Amino acid sequence: MTIPLSATAFATLAGLLKTRSGLIIGQDKVYLLETRLVSILRREKLPDLNALADRLGRPGVEPLARDVIDAMTTNESFFFRDDKPFQHFRLQALPRLLAARPPGTSSRIWSAAASSGQEAYSLAMILAESKALIGDRKIEIVGTDIAREPLARAKEGQYTQFEVQRGLPVQMLMKYFKKEDPNWRIEAAIRQMAQFREFNLLGDLRPLGRFDIVFCRNVLIYFDQPTKTRVLEAMAAQMPPDGLLYLGGAETVLGITSRFAPLPGERGVYGVVTAPAERQALAPAWVG
Amino acid sequence: MARNCLVVDDSRIVRKVARRILEANGCAVSEAADGQQALDVCRAGLPDFILLDWNMPVMDGIAFLRALRGEFGADSPAVVFCTTENDMTHIEMAITSGAREYIMKPFDEEILMGKLGQAGLL
Repeated sequence: MTIPLSATAFATLAGLLKTRSGLIIGQDKVYLLETRLVSILRREKLPDLNALADRLGRPGVEPLARDVIDAMTTNESFFFRDDKPFQHFRLQALPRLLAARPPGTSSRIWSAAASSGQEAYSLAMILAESKALIGDRKIEIVGTDIAREPLARAKEGQYTQFEVQRGLPVQMLMKYFKKEDPNWRIEAAIRQMAQFREFNLLGDLRPLGRFDIVFCRNVLIYFDQPTKTRVLEAMAAQMPPDGLLYLGGAETVLGITSRFAPLPGERGVYGVVTAPAERQALAPAWVG
Repeated sequence: MARNCLVVDDSRIVRKVARRILEANGCAVSEAADGQQALDVCRAGLPDFILLDWNMPVMDGIAFLRALRGEFGADSPAVVFCTTENDMTHIEMAITSGAREYIMKPFDEEILMGKLGQAGLL
């Protein structure tokens, strides 16, 4: 018979996830712990989550703690997910960015929860399609994620048949992918446009450098409000006055930070608000 | 108004699955078991789009697509291949012959409706 998860064990697991990744697990989400950590229990030959929590309380368990965080992180991703943010990026954000950055300059785009790389590579394909417009400007795409396994897949740029059919138009498949049976691999020229690295959004963002455009979609929903505020304000500090932030459709900055303001008529797209003293009165520099 | 879709596949099970998904998403569905039957259906009245298998008896999918384009012109109806053929040669042949999208079996509702949406057919 399975022993129910004790309050102490729950506190250990939920505490580890919150402090290390920002992920909030309530009592109503115990089933998530049970389903996502089952492979770790098997591998470690542990009878249940109580035993796992007990093990995590001992010294020298850093690799196990990392595996728990990896397993609990949602890695759902697909190409051109939700479509609209990518349409906005292609038709509005990119032309505007190029107009504001003279030829010969560099810009940077951050895919802040890159998972297995589909978002970063979707942006890279849009840039490849816009080569004539971009000219000799350099645009760097940086994909980061806390989970290592999906990041390794992102670097490989290899996807299953199922994955290349989720959101990816067939013309893009023909143009930018090669069949490497049974999978599909994104071509080297696109892979080279994006770099991927392990990074915790709760960490110090400054070493990552400045970003003109940030995609941080469907991540904040897993954080509590103070963590959302902290992450968003740290992001704003890494962005120029005309910087743009894309959040997921169910996410918002309203009531969380005044360092970003929604672009009128654009769901999920936010401009940086620059002057802290005048935040309430200022529209983002991007408007108008 | 409901979009009319012709599902062309020699597998009764695939036709049934596709019909269930399409009807649940507001499409009106007709069926054909091979390319020749599909041509006969089209001559009686063109659907808005066609979900087309490749390997079928009597007339296969690519022969049907070429006959359709020859008889009714290049623009309509839109054709989305839905086949077990999953290599680049087949995909390129389908698109250059006038298909708008390409689904590699097995498929589910998310893939089917996503591809139809991308192809502007919903």
